[in-house]
Amino acid sequence: MSAIVADNVSRTYQLDGFEVPALRGVSLTVEAGDYVAIVGTSGSGKSTLMHLLGGLDRPTSGTLLIGGRDVSTLSPNEMAELRNTTIGFVFQSFHLLSRTTAQDNVGLPLVYRGAGRKERRARAAEMLDRVGLAHRMTHRPNQMSGGEQQRVAIARALVTGPSVLLADEPTGNLDSATGQSVLALLESLKDDGVAVVLVTHDREVAARADRQIVMKDGKIQ
Amino acid sequence: MRLAEAWRVALEALRANRLRSLLTMLGVVIGVAAVVALVGIGTGTKQQIEQQVEGLGSNLLIVVPGRLEAGAAPTSSPLTLDDVEAVTRIVGDRGRVAVTISSGETVRAGRNTGFASMQGVLETTPDVFVRKLDRGTYLTRTDVSTGRRVAVLGAGTAKSLFGERDPIGRQITIGGVRFRVIGTFEPLGQSLGVDRDGEVHVPVTAAQRLLGTERIDGLAIRAPDRDRIDELSANILNVLTKEHPDTDFSAVTQEQILGVLGDILGVLTGVLAAIAGISLLVGGVGVSNIMLVSVRERTKEIGLRKAVGARPRDIGTQFLLEAVLLTTTGGILGMLLGGSAAILVDRLSPVPAALTWWSMALAFGVSAVVGIVFGVVPAQRAGRLDPVVALRTE
Repeated sequence: MSAIVADNVSRTYQLDGFEVPALRGVSLTVEAGDYVAIVGTSGSGKSTLMHLLGGLDRPTSGTLLIGGRDVSTLSPNEMAELRNTTIGFVFQSFHLLSRTTAQDNVGLPLVYRGAGRKERRARAAEMLDRVGLAHRMTHRPNQMSGGEQQRVAIARALVTGPSVLLADEPTGNLDSATGQSVLALLESLKDDGVAVVLVTHDREVAARADRQIVMKDGKIQ
Repeated sequence: MRLAEAWRVALEALRANRLRSLLTMLGVVIGVAAVVALVGIGTGTKQQIEQQVEGLGSNLLIVVPGRLEAGAAPTSSPLTLDDVEAVTRIVGDRGRVAVTISSGETVRAGRNTGFASMQGVLETTPDVFVRKLDRGTYLTRTDVSTGRRVAVLGAGTAKSLFGERDPIGRQITIGGVRFRVIGTFEPLGQSLGVDRDGEVHVPVTAAQRLLGTERIDGLAIRAPDRDRIDELSANILNVLTKEHPDTDFSAVTQEQILGVLGDILGVLTGVLAAIAGISLLVGGVGVSNIMLVSVRERTKEIGLRKAVGARPRDIGTQFLLEAVLLTTTGGILGMLLGGSAAILVDRLSPVPAALTWWSMALAFGVSAVVGIVFGVVPAQRAGRLDPVVALRTE
């Protein structure tokens, strides 16, 4: 089963009564263990595509299967469950809870599957160890460097054991050396069968991916 | 999401903005405290008056001219001591009938002057109304039949005229006429802010002579048998109406007085509680306002929580619990504050106050409901936020 199948997917926004097409008939397939980069200039539709692939939004037309489930048939609660179980997100600005320790930030997704505190902390500790931050468990985001924060975010994305990891400009706020190590971490996920979809406008970052999807004017070129 | 986790997140959010949470809570604290304290005072007053009326005994019948209705015109009394004799014949025992004619008079002893309610009475008054003497003796039947100018002082009057000295055997003047003090009453205290100890009892005959009248204001009967109180009342009204066909008479029992007073005080307490309730409402609006601010401030957090799998309901619950936590904490603080205020008022002022478990439970329940009612709109707004939009917010 493919991790993600998009068939002729379009997304149109309503803005002040005008229809603004952000995506026009995009088709793509992401398999387990893929490492795909979506590149394009700002306004090309790459962010819209990422929101759709992550189950944060639904297509206006076309068919989108995430983990084999057709998102058009899912209720808001089922979409939330899908995001919780199948998808992991990594954002450019990390989006960590500022008053919360690294360990509890990583454990956050488990809150929404009803896991108890003990279990959450144990799993979070495992994940932090895996991203090389075992020594930062009780640190808060403002006590960590940007690279460390992004690693915490990656640990959070992985803690639920997702089949797809979506990273939106994950190195955008990092210096190049730190960026390289974050990218290396993402690349290593292939071996676990996690599909990594990376959204970037950085050609160098994109070049490291197995496959590049170039977006322009809401279409794949 | 487990509920315990939701509580923890709500608590954490309130802790993050301590001063703001405290100020928001203050509105609810004041509202609940006001409800608890004012209901306490209303209840205390009601209990005190009920006790006083119950102290009169359960088979007391009070007969006065006029109708006891709201808006009834005051009626001048046509009753005389002849009517009292007729009533005594029906009752069959002089010791069970009391009369009164009252008038506010200036009383004087030496250089001390005061104002007292002069009560012209029969020697039966202490038995009928259950009054206890502090010193001396009460009026005798002879005092009444001869119109002797002797007086029994209320505790307040005795104190204002004689201070700590023993008034027994001393002379006073009432309305310029000399009387000799033969006894004093035990203190009664206040009722509804009215001092009940500022009185002087004199023989009804002496009072009538002083006031230049043959009339009395009304009479009271302690019925021998509680079950026949209605029958007795009907017989008495029958005789009095026959004697004075132009006048209406009313006979009321202790239960009726209690009922009327209870209604009045119940309404009074309700009005006090309603006024206090308004401040609770204002506090609730404050909570709503702060919750909306809180939702806006944490839009990004909401977006992230949704991205990692929070359902709309999880987010809504989190914010609703935050509001409920604010108002119930405020409710508990308000209960403590209002309860302490009521106890202080009871101890330090003449106004009585009584704390009832139901007023506390009500105030707490209302504060929780206020949290739910005023938290629901912000919570729904948070739950419905589009995660894409929320994540983009800076």
